Amino acid sequence: MAVERKVPSIIDNPMNFCPGCGHGIIIRLICECLEELGQDQNVIFAIGVGCSSNLGGGLVTDRLHCAHGRAGAVATGMKRVNPDNMVITYQGDGDAYSIGIAESFNAAYRNENITVITVNNTNFGMTGGQMSWTTMEGQKTTTSPHGRDCAVTGYPIRFPELVANEFRVAYAARGSVSSPARINALKGYIKNALEAQINKEGYSIVEVLSPCAVNWGMTPEEAMTHIEEDLTQYFPIGVFQDRRNQE
Amino acid sequence: MAEMMKGNIAIAEAAVRAGVRLYAGYPITPSTEIMEYLSGRLPEVGGAFIQAESELAGINMVIGGASCGVRALTASSGPGISLKQEGISILSDEELSAVVINVVRYGNGLGTLYSSQCDYNRETRGGGNGDYRCIVLCPSSIQEAVEQISLAYELAEKYRVVSVLMTEGALGQMMEPVDLPDFVEPKRNPWGFDGKYTYKKIGIFDRDSMKESVLLKEKYAAIKENEQRWESEGVEDADYVFVSYGLPGRSTLGAVRQLRDEGFRVGLIRPITAWPFPEKAFAEINPGVKGIITVEANATGQLVDDAALAIKKNSSANIPAYALTYVYGVPPIKSIKADFKKILNGEIREVY
Amino acid sequence: MKVNVNESRCKECGLCIAHCPKEAIYLRSEVNSKGYRTVVVREDKCIGCGMCYLTCPDGVYQILA
Repeated sequence: MAVERKVPSIIDNPMNFCPGCGHGIIIRLICECLEELGQDQNVIFAIGVGCSSNLGGGLVTDRLHCAHGRAGAVATGMKRVNPDNMVITYQGDGDAYSIGIAESFNAAYRNENITVITVNNTNFGMTGGQMSWTTMEGQKTTTSPHGRDCAVTGYPIRFPELVANEFRVAYAARGSVSSPARINALKGYIKNALEAQINKEGYSIVEVLSPCAVNWGMTPEEAMTHIEEDLTQYFPIGVFQDRRNQE
Repeated sequence: MAEMMKGNIAIAEAAVRAGVRLYAGYPITPSTEIMEYLSGRLPEVGGAFIQAESELAGINMVIGGASCGVRALTASSGPGISLKQEGISILSDEELSAVVINVVRYGNGLGTLYSSQCDYNRETRGGGNGDYRCIVLCPSSIQEAVEQISLAYELAEKYRVVSVLMTEGALGQMMEPVDLPDFVEPKRNPWGFDGKYTYKKIGIFDRDSMKESVLLKEKYAAIKENEQRWESEGVEDADYVFVSYGLPGRSTLGAVRQLRDEGFRVGLIRPITAWPFPEKAFAEINPGVKGIITVEANATGQLVDDAALAIKKNSSANIPAYALTYVYGVPPIKSIKADFKKILNGEIREVY
Repeated sequence: MKVNVNESRCKECGLCIAHCPKEAIYLRSEVNSKGYRTVVVREDKCIGCGMCYLTCPDGVYQILA
């Protein structure tokens, strides 16, 4: 007997992501969780700049397209005046960890009661695949044509671990969309993060390893395999700070 | 009963009374007392105060509050206002209303702590990317400033723009007797986010900039037509008309009155809105006027550009426009009078 | 019928085909309005497990109860 499954109405629209892009899966999971938590008519999104900007045409909720990198600050303002609304930032790795590292870091530092979803595809997707702060050592991008040299560009940043280790955030996890099992686990992380916000426990973040098949020069399937076999070695999947383990 | 109050404190309390319920910003002299005061005061009225990690974050928190329809405020000075330009451009693009207070200090880059009017061009032209204007109010007294806070929000909400209260370092730091305005009931703008998607938006990539530009042009034309504010004195029979705003506008008024007593036919236009610039005030000027003279606290002369354009619009004669620039501080009456006489004897040449 | 397929949304990424445990999905040769070859579900093989819904980034699938 099949179980009924339908894309939530707040995201049931065509969007302009590339074939095999993970964004569509991730935003669908967020909306499924909102629906299941009874919050789908009680949510404001602060959307980043980059491929996440494509949500503007698909997401049927309150939403603001923030300046590049500033979603952490914008969401802070939203949550402070509308504490009973769910406030979610939706950003890529370039938006949240490069140009927006200060705003992302400080929202976590304040333990702001918002949920941050970052889509990590190890490059700047929208502008055509430049190096980002999560680009893997040796990875070729349009601005690291000989492969990323970490000696001069720094090493890929692991943001959820950073805020989990340094600040008393409510919840920090990293998931992936690279297989059905990973997708199911990711949904659990996202739900947990949203519940932390509902319960006013503070800052929650879920980073998602997501394929960028076009800029990686791979088929969608190869891109999923690359996440599973290579990216998860450096970016471990799991929960780094679990609110349920705190007093 | 008027009470002696420091400018920044009076302005901050007036903001609370005007219904401001979110402040976010970063300290910078000479604006800091505004945020210091609000850090204690806003929580008392159920408002949100956030000490941001930067001015950039501060203005973006204001964007968050404004997008939810709340009266949101930030204040800064000099390079702090530079950092806020990105957010002011975003607010203008999203047609969100908010108020930014610039307690102007002198200098490029980091600048100095001296009171000045050097940010005139930036405030009146919109300092961020794109094609927008902010409504700019420039008070010449603490009393005028506290009355303009409410007005700044009303105009911002009427036209869905950002209003800038452009004060000066000295106005923020000095004390004067002031009657504070009454409390207004804080309200939510109906277009604010409430999580229920009652305020529809179109997709980021679905916007039609050509269509939007028509409405934008109409909006700014309406502001220009309806919202020019100024005070003038003695312009109908004047040989020379001074143009000056803020604290220099106040000392220029003193100079004009003394010069009148000495037999010189001079007048004053004191812009209360720097944008829209009060062009209409220039229609009242004596058609035989011999010159327009701006008095400005900056180095290069900025107000003079607008004054020259305004006299060009209102007179077919080629009226010379002079600029008396005093760099920083508030020019004393005697300096303005002495420099006026240099204009008369040809020592100071016209700019246009 | 266990699955509704919104062909107009399909971008031919093939993730559903890769994860279908019953090999019940294939690409047809005709293209949709976007120019992608779209998926077809073989009713005789489909068990309505929802793997296609789960892995599809573009909201092509609806699983019916």
